[in-house]
Amino acid sequence: MNNNLKEQVLRSSGVNVLKCMRCGKCSGTCPSYDEMEYHPHQFVYMVEKGDIETLMNSKSIYKCLTCFACVERCPRNVEPAKVVEAVRLAAIRKQGNNHLIADNIPEMLDEDLPQQAIVTAFRKYTK
Amino acid sequence: MNTFTYYPGCTLRTKAKDLDAYARASAEALGITLEEPENWQCCGGAYTTAKDEIATKLSAVRTLNAAKEAGRPLITVCSACHNVIKQTNYDISNDEEMAAKVNNYLKLDEAYTGETTVYHYLEMLRDVVGFDNLKKKVVNPFKGKKIAAYYGCLLLRPGKALAMDDPENPSIMEDFIKAIGGTPVIYAQRNECCGGYITMEDKAQASKRSAKVMDSAQEQGADMIITACPLCLYNLKKNSGSDLPVYYFTELLAEALGLKEANNE
Ligand code: SF4
Ligand code: SF4
Ligand code: SF4
Ligand code: SF4
Repeated sequence: MNNNLKEQVLRSSGVNVLKCMRCGKCSGTCPSYDEMEYHPHQFVYMVEKGDIETLMNSKSIYKCLTCFACVERCPRNVEPAKVVEAVRLAAIRKQGNNHLIADNIPEMLDEDLPQQAIVTAFRKYTK
Repeated sequence: MNTFTYYPGCTLRTKAKDLDAYARASAEALGITLEEPENWQCCGGAYTTAKDEIATKLSAVRTLNAAKEAGRPLITVCSACHNVIKQTNYDISNDEEMAAKVNNYLKLDEAYTGETTVYHYLEMLRDVVGFDNLKKKVVNPFKGKKIAAYYGCLLLRPGKALAMDDPENPSIMEDFIKAIGGTPVIYAQRNECCGGYITMEDKAQASKRSAKVMDSAQEQGADMIITACPLCLYNLKKNSGSDLPVYYFTELLAEALGLKEANNE
């Protein structure tokens, strides 16, 4: 349990994790369910427990599509995507922990890929 | 009165020139003047929801403030730009601490606290032009064409900030399709995500998501699918493996208004 990290994620997300009633609706609607090791309801629960480092070290933080489906469909207005975002930020803000590096971009490009994809990926994966 | 500040966004200047060109030509034909603010900056593509992030929100605030200073509502067309700008406007209106930090940095002549009204181009068609009026100006109706509207995620969610339509049962694009003479196709995946930027990280995931969307539209008998988002267009075209045609809604609009050679016979 890391109270400092927990505090940081709670403050950064602005989410009250105690509102969650663990219905699992967020995870049921998540389009990345199969790709995520930890699902949105588990992010909420693990942050409540203070188990942040496990989440920070999981690839799940890079699999969220920021589609806001879990935010829209949570019956308790918990906004799980904001927790996922706060954990991802805590991870990539660490020195040397950028998930996407500019040097690797050229090989990802094709002639039709919109700038929007690159800009968004940078915003999500890099500090 | 019918002059608006218009924010095209970076992608409409590069890979999505069509989305922009047809939007401008159609607006002109509908009596709407779009004025681009000087020196706008890219919105960043995604809204950072974190409360301790301020820098990533500044470019959207600058755009919103440019519209405020011009005394006009703001019009966007790319779904992603629209989402970033609307979420920024929502938070700066409702989160005093965020508004204070942003304004402390920007040092504007007058603080910006959410004064600008933002319309997506589709909302402009619905709320300013009116779909009934649009219908009267159509010269090449999409008669007999079954058209599937793809909302994706960013046009509708989070509903409390975007406030365009019912996020779970939207109708604005279907009403647009009717106005240009087509038949809307309702399908389950119309407001589920195409995979978005995950195409950079995990092509297989983007393929899986976008194939789901295309198959869902095709199963309901769609002849084509329309979107407002350059990244949706990319994923649906390049990652889905489907050959259902995908167009920007502005291209169909321009065609319906007779601003483009008709290929809807
Ligand atoms: S949908 Fe909301 S209440 Fe239900 S598990 Fe997810 S966060 Fe908790
Ligand atoms: S925002 Fe992320 S966690 Fe939430 S449903 Fe979408 S992909 Fe899943
Ligand atoms: S959403 Fe995209 S296209 Fe629109 S300005 Fe922002 S990054 Fe560029
Ligand atoms: S690109 Fe995908 S992620 Fe973006 S709005 Fe379109 S559906 Fe959503």
